[in-house]
Amino acid sequence: MIHKSLKQLSQALAAKEISSVELSTLFLDRIERLNPEINAFVTVDREKTLKMAAAADARIAAGSAGPLTGIPIAQKDIFCAEGWRTTCGSKILANFVAPYDATVIEKMHRDAGMVSLGKTNMDEFAMGSSNETSFFGPVKNPWDRARVPGGSSGGSAAAIAARLAPAATGTDTGGSIRQPAALCNLTGLKPTYGVVSRYGMIAYASSLDQGGPMGASAEDCALLLNTMAGFDPRDSTSLERPAEDYARDLDKPLAGLRIGLPKEFFGEGCDAAVMAAVQDAIAEYRRLGASTVEVSLPNSHLSVPAYYVIAPAEASSNLSRFDGVRYGYRAPDYGNLDDMYMKTRAQGFGDEVKRRIMIGAYVLSHGYYDAYYLQAQRIRRLIANDFVAAFESCDVILGPTSPTTAFKLGEKSADPVQMYLSDIYTIAVNLAGLPGMALPCGFAGGLPVGLQLIGNYFDEARLLNVAHRYQQATDWHQRRPEGIE
Amino acid sequence: MNQWEVVIGIETHAQLATVSKIFSGASTAFGAEPNTQACAVDLALPGVLPVLNRQAVECAIRFGLAIGAHVAPKSVFARKNYFYPDLPKGYQISQMDLPVVVGGQIALQVGQGDKAYEKVVNLTRAHLEEDAGKSLHEDFHGKSGIDLNRAGTPLLEIVTEPDMRSSDEAVAYARALHALVRWIGICDGNMQEGSFRCDANVSVRPKGQAEFGTRREIKNLNSFRFLKEAIDFEVQWQINEIEEGRKIQQATVLFDPDSGETRMMRSKEDAHDYRYFPDPDLLPLIIDEAWMARVRSELPELPQQKRERFVGELGLSVYDAAMLTASQEISEYFESTVAVAGEASAKPCANWVMVDLAGRLNKDGVDIAAAAVSPQQLGGLILRIADNTISNNIAKKVFEALWLGEGATADEVIEKQGLKQITDSAAIESLVDEVLAANAANVAEFKAGKEKAFNALVGQVMKAAKGKANPQQVNDLLKKKLAE
Repeated sequence: MIHKSLKQLSQALAAKEISSVELSTLFLDRIERLNPEINAFVTVDREKTLKMAAAADARIAAGSAGPLTGIPIAQKDIFCAEGWRTTCGSKILANFVAPYDATVIEKMHRDAGMVSLGKTNMDEFAMGSSNETSFFGPVKNPWDRARVPGGSSGGSAAAIAARLAPAATGTDTGGSIRQPAALCNLTGLKPTYGVVSRYGMIAYASSLDQGGPMGASAEDCALLLNTMAGFDPRDSTSLERPAEDYARDLDKPLAGLRIGLPKEFFGEGCDAAVMAAVQDAIAEYRRLGASTVEVSLPNSHLSVPAYYVIAPAEASSNLSRFDGVRYGYRAPDYGNLDDMYMKTRAQGFGDEVKRRIMIGAYVLSHGYYDAYYLQAQRIRRLIANDFVAAFESCDVILGPTSPTTAFKLGEKSADPVQMYLSDIYTIAVNLAGLPGMALPCGFAGGLPVGLQLIGNYFDEARLLNVAHRYQQATDWHQRRPEGIE
Repeated sequence: MNQWEVVIGIETHAQLATVSKIFSGASTAFGAEPNTQACAVDLALPGVLPVLNRQAVECAIRFGLAIGAHVAPKSVFARKNYFYPDLPKGYQISQMDLPVVVGGQIALQVGQGDKAYEKVVNLTRAHLEEDAGKSLHEDFHGKSGIDLNRAGTPLLEIVTEPDMRSSDEAVAYARALHALVRWIGICDGNMQEGSFRCDANVSVRPKGQAEFGTRREIKNLNSFRFLKEAIDFEVQWQINEIEEGRKIQQATVLFDPDSGETRMMRSKEDAHDYRYFPDPDLLPLIIDEAWMARVRSELPELPQQKRERFVGELGLSVYDAAMLTASQEISEYFESTVAVAGEASAKPCANWVMVDLAGRLNKDGVDIAAAAVSPQQLGGLILRIADNTISNNIAKKVFEALWLGEGATADEVIEKQGLKQITDSAAIESLVDEVLAANAANVAEFKAGKEKAFNALVGQVMKAAKGKANPQQVNDLLKKKLAE
């Protein structure tokens, strides 16, 4: 049961082979048993979960169930959920119980009737690529528990990989869905900026943040995206477009598909074994009828530096509200107001968060704004233009998701720049606002390798189709870590 | 003082008269219990996002159109970052590089009577922003309380060029702006409640010098009197400093109404670096031609247009026209009066509104909205002056009677109190004859060339007529009889 796809679970629930309460209990029991080691969840509330499951069962019994009603899911702890502790992986919010639901939470639970298994661990305020910056401790990669699951949605990725949840939500600002998906042998989708509402999703870098699904397959992601996406009047950057069925094109043949291979993604900087797996995937796509064409993203080498100006700039401002005045952590002893601010934030934030706040404050400050922030915005436009040009000769762009497989816990945490380079292939997609996917395409040294697909704006359905056909022809995504039965 | 020129620019925060806040759905009503009008967005809970209130934008468009400014087809909201407990997000959403309104002018009348002159003040810009909450420092036993009801209230910050040259000009500008924002319905103008507050940038320079002196900014002046007092004090202080050989340092100061002095709040060195950048949570504000056209079509006739009409069509002086357009209430009162009394009586209507009505309002200390005499009553009264039913002097009595509610109309008061003017020549002639007979001494003095004696005789006749005789007829008849 724990390895079933969302579609199979839906059928099992509809056929009364299992109830949502039974299914949820199955996963809750697994969490109880395995989470102490994996540390994928930071908050679990059996009572709340089972109450939701019982409500879902009532809906199923009443015949008013939707396709995902009763299916349990893990929520990244960046989404505010009413009555649930919502920490964003930070000490400063360790005691914060959200009084309202994020739009994504509302859509998945209230509207679609899914059941929340709890809140998953993450890098603090989604700042990190290894899940090691969490106040709640690192997450272990189920494929090798001495290694990181990737980040920032590392808890979600590990939860699915260890089958503590059938699927999960993630958010992706510079690769935070795709990189952990790649490192944990999962499928993850970062939608076009504006497709999934950001309301109630705690902001890291507002112009880059985008929520999305993580699961075992493209099909699961398509079903999840159907519940997550849609215009939200409470988010001014949400896009007003007609609703679409992201699963509609899953089975479309790939004959005639033009795959663009950016030469910048196939040069130096990528592990040879990772590259070999990506090359095998390209060969598979050719067998499936696709053609490949070389494209160029000439400014992609500027994406990491531009990102590390824009994202910290926005973060430095977004995180100003965590000041100890109204909610969250406040330093126990302080003198005057400034002292309260300084102690609260010094004690409440971890090192990586403080590093990015300082970088952000610096690049926005008087005299540096033009040289850093405005310059980075110009680069951002150039990067987006590169993609527009590339998509003139191809339908999707393909490359590696991450230059390496999962690295060891502690291996890069002392060297921020090495850590930042882990997102070298994913960041440009966020800067351009495009949809991107990661999906399993093989193994290197026993560790999963993730393929990345990048689509044109609003081409989620096509990306899912391209991923799904590959998953019909391969079984990489069905491989399981040792000990997860 | 005489060799110094004063230079003043004014920044005004006008609270916009919207139902809800600029970026949330919470109410903007004044006076509610602390923190009862602050929703998740106003509290800056994690994850919340701003959504722009289009009503606030319309207020800005109205203002831009009313002052002949450029309403920007695209403007941008920016974050102004600083920490303060009553600023929940740690930044204020404002506009920096691309404001919604650019340029524009406000014409105003400075001074009174013969010394009055017209002045045009140029505006630099007006931009939309949100207000902060309030810190309460009393009743919390050494701690501070925070009330976020005001947080997120929409403001239009209106900035002038350094065009004003005296505190009188500054006050005249502030009054004209205050009247205008109320006129076009974008701000209730309630200064006690903080709906309209001014900051004055003040500097002095030797007359004839082209460069401006160093300015100091006086913050948060919430009455016209404080505006004038603060500027006057500040100007004198700056002149003294310079004359004693000290340099003015750029600074922000506060005015203490009790001492009448300005006090340094922070120097330029302590100025914040606000780290402005475009707010990524809000798209650029796009105002298209259709939106502008609709707002334009809904604008009332503006003070300037009304002034021109009062001068051109009603033959009023520029000064009178300016006085009568000082507020929409005054101009409406005046126009309703003219509607009853007739356009031929526009000038007397103007005088009655500006002198008698204004005086009476002043005496009772009430606003024109609370006038006890309606424009219809006053128009009816002026009609009776025009048709010689009563004299101007009797009219003042009738006005007072109307004010005290002794009658519903001028006609009723005249009838009830028997104030109808005596215009019957025979009746007046017999009164004149009686007075001449009884005042031989005055008659003799007049005939000896003492003009004053004539006035005494007129007074006697009017007294005998209990003030009701037509003054012109009394004059004519007396002259005629004395010449006999």
